[in-house]
Amino acid sequence: MDDSTLAQQQQKLKYYQKGTFTVGNRLVSDAERSVQASAERSNALTSGHRACQGCGEALGARYAIDAAMRATGNDLIAVNATGCLEVFTTPYPETSWQLPWLHSLFGNAAAVATGVAAAQRVKGKATRVIAQGGDGGTTDIGFQCLSGMFERNDDVLYICYDNEGYMNTGVQRSSATPPAARTATTPALGPEPGNVFGTGKFVPKIAVAHGIPYVATATVADLRDLEAKVIKAMGIRGARYIQINVPCPLGWGAPSYDTIKLARLAVECGLYPIFEAEHGRITQSRKIRRRIPVRDYLILQKRYAHLFRNGVDDPRVARLQAICDAHIEDYGLLGDDEA
Amino acid sequence: MDHDFAITLDVGTSLANHTGAWRTFRPEYVHRLPPCNAACPAGEDIQGWLSFAEAGDYEAAWRALTKNNPLPAVMGRVCYHPCETACNRAQIDAAVGVNAVERFLGDMAIAKGWAFEPPAQKSGKKVLVVGAGPAGLSAAYHLAVLGHDVNIREAGPAPGGMMRFGIPKYRLPRDVLDAEVARIAALGVRIDYNSKVSDLQATIKEGGFDAAFLAVGAHIAKRAYIPAGEATKILDAVQVLASMEGAEQPLLGRRVVVYGGGNTALDVARTAKRLGAEEAIIVYRRTREKMPAHDFELEEALEEGVMMKWLSTIKHVDAGAITVEKMKLDETGFPQPTGEFETLEADSVVLALGQDVDLSLLDGVPGLEFADGLVKVGPDMMTGATGIFAGGDMAPSERTVTVAVGHGKKAARHIDAFLRGAAYAPPPKHELAGFEHLNAWYYGEAPQTLRPTLEIARRSSTFEEVVQGLDESNALYEARRCLSCGNCFECDNCYGVCPDNAVIKLGAGQGFRFNYDFCKGCGVCEAECPCGAIAMAPEEI
Repeated sequence: MDDSTLAQQQQKLKYYQKGTFTVGNRLVSDAERSVQASAERSNALTSGHRACQGCGEALGARYAIDAAMRATGNDLIAVNATGCLEVFTTPYPETSWQLPWLHSLFGNAAAVATGVAAAQRVKGKATRVIAQGGDGGTTDIGFQCLSGMFERNDDVLYICYDNEGYMNTGVQRSSATPPAARTATTPALGPEPGNVFGTGKFVPKIAVAHGIPYVATATVADLRDLEAKVIKAMGIRGARYIQINVPCPLGWGAPSYDTIKLARLAVECGLYPIFEAEHGRITQSRKIRRRIPVRDYLILQKRYAHLFRNGVDDPRVARLQAICDAHIEDYGLLGDDEA
Repeated sequence: MDHDFAITLDVGTSLANHTGAWRTFRPEYVHRLPPCNAACPAGEDIQGWLSFAEAGDYEAAWRALTKNNPLPAVMGRVCYHPCETACNRAQIDAAVGVNAVERFLGDMAIAKGWAFEPPAQKSGKKVLVVGAGPAGLSAAYHLAVLGHDVNIREAGPAPGGMMRFGIPKYRLPRDVLDAEVARIAALGVRIDYNSKVSDLQATIKEGGFDAAFLAVGAHIAKRAYIPAGEATKILDAVQVLASMEGAEQPLLGRRVVVYGGGNTALDVARTAKRLGAEEAIIVYRRTREKMPAHDFELEEALEEGVMMKWLSTIKHVDAGAITVEKMKLDETGFPQPTGEFETLEADSVVLALGQDVDLSLLDGVPGLEFADGLVKVGPDMMTGATGIFAGGDMAPSERTVTVAVGHGKKAARHIDAFLRGAAYAPPPKHELAGFEHLNAWYYGEAPQTLRPTLEIARRSSTFEEVVQGLDESNALYEARRCLSCGNCFECDNCYGVCPDNAVIKLGAGQGFRFNYDFCKGCGVCEAECPCGAIAMAPEEI
């Protein structure tokens, strides 16, 4: 074995054993490390913001925008919908954003971003545009503008930080709130406590149905996957959509330190499928590494506490498990080892 | 600045908002004690030297290792590696092969001729070490590094003690032992062979020694009374194994019976096979579960064709045959005779029933205390006589090479303090980094690299080394399986997962610092730290 092959093998081994899942790795070259491992990352969403302790959205936004800034050489403008992300980063006169950033209304982020992108084109500038918002501003209030942006194939990457409810205004249900979850508007009362089954929408699939160049889901529990998707999206022109699962300690009723753990369990039980699609077709899915029953994910959150009263599992736990099982089958979430 | 309508404040950065004031718990970087280090009888910083090996800096790894143990190539062959038994990785896939990596580093040091750094200055004090076994060599090394003048007096013709005269060559080749001893001697340690100390006080006085460390080992075989007929051949294990070092190999015959259940019994039986015995049978009065020998050594012996006679005691030895009585265990697990007898053919019987210490050199030394044929020592390894320390097999403890090396180091530190008129206080130990402190999600699957063993046909007829070493690629692989329990390995997880950007990365090798101006105390960093190097402490409010 010559020196260079040995060196390659050494790097691969290290990656395999300690580095694959961590943010960085002291033994691999800078180019192989994540954006977040770099001391020079842009910290697009910097300290001093007013998000709650352990906020998954603050984390997901920094992950995504830092990666996009690196991919575009910092030549980037962000347009923000109303929501937690807008409120906690920009209480007047402070801002946490380290890039040009603008906010208009709750429902029009996609349309405003379309306009900003058009303006760059008219001015002959190469500046790229990202629109971002929470699930309320995306799947409910901003949905018409979003669908229009997709349909026109405007050159915008839209990122939805999905925390499964209107958390900023006091944890009300959105169309992305999962079945059985308790919110202020779906209280844990009556014969069917919590959110109902069979409603809501999974916007990534609707985005795929628009046939746009790129759609992906991601999670704050898999940084490398998230960064790779954002960087890939910035290498594509036209309408792109990424939806990132971002746990909300306040709205989900979980300890602040469990944010990443919950995101990880949501993926490992199959409830939150992580996949990529291009031009209307799903191209690949992220495999489950250590499959768990959905119960292990639900029981850590107070929004599902009513499913586990008196030491007995509510029958709806099995219905949620059936949803996970269907996801696993539909998106091919099991690897060769697990299948 | 002119403001727009209804605006009164200048725009500014959120860095003006010190969110650290929200905190009720503060994260702190900590060091916890890795289970391997906690289990090592020689007090090695295993996680520490593995971290150098992981980076491919083998010399730094070897230097870190030899700060605590000067015999890594020997250790990598004969240590029973309690570190691997304790290793947290066993709960993920299999323990890290610490012993194999240690041997790799030890062998590389010999091949590359790495030498110990001599002390910066001499203390001018003289220390006598009695016995050149593992305890004596370890003490001599540490004392020499601390600047003391050391003279080892060894009764035998060559160094190593039981490492030479007790451990067979197929487990420890002598050139390896010689190379590691030579490196200690190169520090200026004088070793006198064939110079048995028979009167300790006289020797100390004549040599002008300021302190003494005794480590004469346990070389006298324990005997059991067994009625024997004429023309029978009864030997003891110490004698058989020691004579393997001489010009004439012991004559054991075609059928050899070994009596005892320890590692020495296995060593003798395996040696007998190699000397040409057709049958080597170990007679032991209890069961496999109760056997004090290590299971992997038993496995190796069984693979080589050594046979076991469990639950049996030898009642009578005659020419060409022995009579054994079958035993059964009572409720307390103690063997009781059954009255059933059996005859086994045997050309010789080797007793491997344990060893006693020759304490005659201590005659007339005032203040010493003895118990069960051993010298009593305090927590500082000092005997009842001021300035006289003891360790290894002659002091009460488990009798392994690694324990002896640990005794030598500990005694050297206390002797050094004693010579300076001070007391050595070991630094306080960190909290144990148990598995519950780890976040195992972040470690990829990577099964242990097993060292190849000599094919059975070859090893039962030769004294070639049974267990072979790792090469560089698989040693590195093995080192990188280390989880780094309780000590930061700079994976950047804390730096990455902080939602408040409140972790400051200090650069390669420097680790991280918390920015408490902005840390809200959410605890995500602590939860996602793979190795348990962060702890949350309540803030005083």
